[in-house]
Amino acid sequence: MAFAPSSSAQVDSTAVSDATPITESAVADAVAAATIAISDAADSTALKAARAAHVAEGSPLARLNGALRDVPADQRPALGKLVGQARGRVNQLFLAREAELSAAEETARLAAEAVDVTALGGRWSAGARHPLNLLMDEMSDIFVGMGWEVAEGPELENEWFNFDALNFDEDHPARAMQDTFFVEPADSHLVLRTHTSPVQIRSLLDRPLPVYVVAPGRTFRTDELDATHTPVFHQIEGIAIDKGLTMAHLRGTLEHLARAMFGDEAKIRLRPNYFPFTEPSAEMDVWQPNAKGGPRWIEWGGCGMVNRNVLRACGIDPEEYQGFAFGMGIERTLLFRNEGDMRDMIEGDVRFSKQYGMVV
Amino acid sequence: MRVPVSWLREVVEIPAEATPEDIQAALVRVGLEEEAVHRSEIEGPIVVGRVVSFVDEPQSNGKTIRWCQVDVGEGEPRGIVCGAQNFFEGDLVVVTLPGAVLPGPFPISARKTYGHVSDGMIASVRELGIGDDHDGILRLSTLGIDAEPGTDALPLLGLGDSAFEINVTPDRGYALSMRGVGREYSNSTGARFDDPAERAALRELIDAPIAQEFPVRVDDRAPIRGNTGCSVFVTRVVRGIDPTRPTPSWMVARLALAGVRSLSLPIDITNYVMFELGQPIHGYDLAKLTGGITVRRAQPGERLTTLDGADRALHPEDMLITDDSGPIGLAGVMGGATTEMTGSTTDVLIEAANFDPVSIARTARRHKLPSEASKRFERGVDPEVADAAAARVAQLLVELAGGTLDVLGSRFSEAKPAHSTLLRAGFVNDLTGADYTDAETRAALEAIGATVREVDGGLEVTAPSWRPDLDDEPTLAEEVARIVGYDRIPSTLPVAPPGRGLTRQQRLRRAAAQMLAANGLAEVQVYPFLSKAAHERFSGDAPAVRLANPLDGEAPLLRRSLLPGLLDTAHRNRSRGLIDLALFEVGTVFLPEQGVRYGSEALPSGTSYPGDATIAALESSIPPQARHIAAVFTGDRVLRHPAQPAVAASLVDALDAARQVAAAVGATLRVEQGNHLALHPGRTAELYLGDTVVGLAGELLPAIADELDLPRVVPVMELDLDALIAGTAPEVTVTPFSSYPAATQDLSLVVDRSVPAGDVLAAVVEGAGDLLEHADLVDDYRGAGMADDQKSLTFALRFRAPDRTLTAAEATEAKLAGVAVAAERFGATLRE
Repeated sequence: MAFAPSSSAQVDSTAVSDATPITESAVADAVAAATIAISDAADSTALKAARAAHVAEGSPLARLNGALRDVPADQRPALGKLVGQARGRVNQLFLAREAELSAAEETARLAAEAVDVTALGGRWSAGARHPLNLLMDEMSDIFVGMGWEVAEGPELENEWFNFDALNFDEDHPARAMQDTFFVEPADSHLVLRTHTSPVQIRSLLDRPLPVYVVAPGRTFRTDELDATHTPVFHQIEGIAIDKGLTMAHLRGTLEHLARAMFGDEAKIRLRPNYFPFTEPSAEMDVWQPNAKGGPRWIEWGGCGMVNRNVLRACGIDPEEYQGFAFGMGIERTLLFRNEGDMRDMIEGDVRFSKQYGMVV
Repeated sequence: MRVPVSWLREVVEIPAEATPEDIQAALVRVGLEEEAVHRSEIEGPIVVGRVVSFVDEPQSNGKTIRWCQVDVGEGEPRGIVCGAQNFFEGDLVVVTLPGAVLPGPFPISARKTYGHVSDGMIASVRELGIGDDHDGILRLSTLGIDAEPGTDALPLLGLGDSAFEINVTPDRGYALSMRGVGREYSNSTGARFDDPAERAALRELIDAPIAQEFPVRVDDRAPIRGNTGCSVFVTRVVRGIDPTRPTPSWMVARLALAGVRSLSLPIDITNYVMFELGQPIHGYDLAKLTGGITVRRAQPGERLTTLDGADRALHPEDMLITDDSGPIGLAGVMGGATTEMTGSTTDVLIEAANFDPVSIARTARRHKLPSEASKRFERGVDPEVADAAAARVAQLLVELAGGTLDVLGSRFSEAKPAHSTLLRAGFVNDLTGADYTDAETRAALEAIGATVREVDGGLEVTAPSWRPDLDDEPTLAEEVARIVGYDRIPSTLPVAPPGRGLTRQQRLRRAAAQMLAANGLAEVQVYPFLSKAAHERFSGDAPAVRLANPLDGEAPLLRRSLLPGLLDTAHRNRSRGLIDLALFEVGTVFLPEQGVRYGSEALPSGTSYPGDATIAALESSIPPQARHIAAVFTGDRVLRHPAQPAVAASLVDALDAARQVAAAVGATLRVEQGNHLALHPGRTAELYLGDTVVGLAGELLPAIADELDLPRVVPVMELDLDALIAGTAPEVTVTPFSSYPAATQDLSLVVDRSVPAGDVLAAVVEGAGDLLEHADLVDDYRGAGMADDQKSLTFALRFRAPDRTLTAAEATEAKLAGVAVAAERFGATLRE
């Protein structure tokens, strides 16, 4: 760095008394020596040494500064300015070099700290919800958005709630066709619920009318586990009892659900069927615009207008209130999104849940 | 229900080009859901051939083959090699020509064998799939078939037909017949339906006088639910049948397609008529009957050997067919051995009866004898078709078995008249939301066979005799919607009253699961079924719910804990090479209490409200059930990577899982040293919410881990999630916090090793008072400089005052106050 005294620092040398060591050349020499030492400092240690030698107490500039005390008062302002400006210049040089060196050292340190980011495994591992539970939550939320509530009930039920109140007569073949798990002793009339429909009964008994609820949950039938069956599975059922509800409202509700889940083009087709707890009853197909392999109708579940005997069993006058009910399998619904094997859903292989993570 | 297409075509007009799938599609529209299609496995060319001549050629392997010349209507006969010897020159046989396919499938081609080129094959009954006859080549003369050589043999033999399967719902028993399916096809398509029960030839037989009464007495002294067990009982007699006649191959083929094996001509005929008209038939060997027939309930101690050879103890609810010898049949379910039709039967008594569905259902279930007959009776058989069915059996026995209709017979009928319902005007549209016109409604009801009469306020609809299910307005509305079309129902979104969203329990349960998943645990689902050993391992002698009919007899119990299932799941994962596991489940456990008898004795009817007290009793009849959340860890919790050592899962992870769940639901758990029969005696924590134990965390007892083929260290956690949420105040309590500077100090206390660190901490916190904002145990030192039975616990303390900057002296004073309490309780001393 070149040293060039500014014009304001010009001092008339003839005015300098012989008695003082403060001369322009002495100051210039000290500044030149300091400049060389500072700019030559290759690291912060060398810079520290340069500072001690040329800036700190005992350095030539410091001594010259000290000599100002002995200068006659009339010369002091001019000489003071000369020394002060020189010290200021050296200090600036020092600070600049210090910043330069520290930046270089930080850069070197950062370079040394570099890691291979592709070599870093995780310390936190990713967890997952079970996709069947996520799907039940998603479907429940769609109904909650319509003002419906989510109802629940016991998995081990009294037969009355699971069958009788749902118009399954004790001797009707439909009851025998349910492949029910019975609890010992067999005459205790306790069963693992074969559908979530007993929750409908409990809702009608417990809640004030009108009732609009969905019941997601676990259900049980004596099917051996294979690629398409499992003895433990899940359903979501809904029931709405109000004044003046019709099958048109049933279709509207199902279509809203289908559109929320499968896209705006989804729609519902009803086909005649039979369930003891509904009359008329229907099988519902859903038109899936985004189905893998092209848009098509896919069977989804059962539905219908709640049988009047069901309302009577719950103490509701069917001449005043009527409504609809529907239900679909969660496993089946999950398979709409990703084809797969029923066994994967129940075997608990973590790879199954983890493929979904927190999203179904 | 399997429906052979050619048979259905006899009762309803189906376009010639319609495939089984087309027919199924038409039936789906009226509520008969499609299932599989069974196509004939036979393909032509298969033709009639006449054996012109043959030469027997003995072979070196000891067999003799026949080198035949067979006329298949081509001018020149074909040379065919045949291994059988049971035919003669001039016989008509069935020849499968190259290109044909026989069931198997066995494709036929011209091939060189025994020194000749065999240009086709002469087929046996077995090869054609129409019987098990081992006697060799099928000679058409034995079936009474005479046809020109070259004629297509498939239609002659009733082969090449297809069948489709439909799912008949239990309310529609009538559709378990060609008659019923044909009617529904007609309802769907408008095709002309020709009721097979109303054919003119049959009508003549029905009307043929029964000149001599066969004695039949119906005597039901114990009707079930007030319904007599037998409402119709028709008998007819055919004498002089030839028991050696084979069943015609078209009938064998149709029965096979319908799913029934050919047994003998008279039995095949009774089955055939059942499939055709829906009326189960029983045939008796008249010569074996003793006296007349009495239909009655069984008496205590009575037994019957049924056709299947089983000797059965009878129940007083069983309806029986009896003669003077005693029981000869389980009515509507299975006949008895003593009067069965055999190869020597010449005179047949035909029974076409109608039995109470409930009675039949109970008997079939009681004796585990589901049959084609009981299936139909349970679902309801048309009480008015019995006459036609008996006549149809007689007709076929005459035509096919060479018998003669006798004047002996009987008719008993006490069938209730069909149900009449007032269908109020507007009802159908008010229920369906559709706009069916009055004319459409009426036409639909008439199409299904109902009698409709306009009355004041609506229509009086009398159901057809085959539809006992049509007993109220909604069932009639369904018929209208089904026939006119469900597609006429519009789509309207109903507006529910404003809802309250998810309940607090529901929201917090989700939060708990999300929390564990967010912390790296994977949620799984596990069956709730446990073996006795698994149950006892975790729950000791606590009672468990036992299934009466478990799928796996080894696992009949319902879980009280989620852990056995989760550990099983962990094992399955590990056996698949997935070693480092963090699993959780949210699920129901079943918690019956010792000595409590659950369940209900008799159930109230489901057709009316049973009353508040009964409902309350039903609700309290089930064992307590609770939702638990549980977690299991194996292997490493932090995986090894470059510059990152592995951290093995430990008890800390189990405790953390519990604490995270608690945090998710706003609860604070207190941890105390505990014990559990399945957990490590020194590494078990009881988790308290207030004064209640709501869960456990610990390491699995190594012996159990070994038994379950798991590693030695398996941290586990289980919480009663319902109790945790219910026991936590719904409101979060917040206190204002100070922004003055904190004073931090460390504190090391020496105590006996037996003193729980948590208790020492609690003492310090209590003694230090309000100025102590936070305290953490940061070290537990044992060893050099300490007595053998002592340890040094170091706590990091943070003090803060609400209203000023705290001085070091004040903080020290508070700390020493804490030390004082710890000293008083546990003899704690400050570590020098």
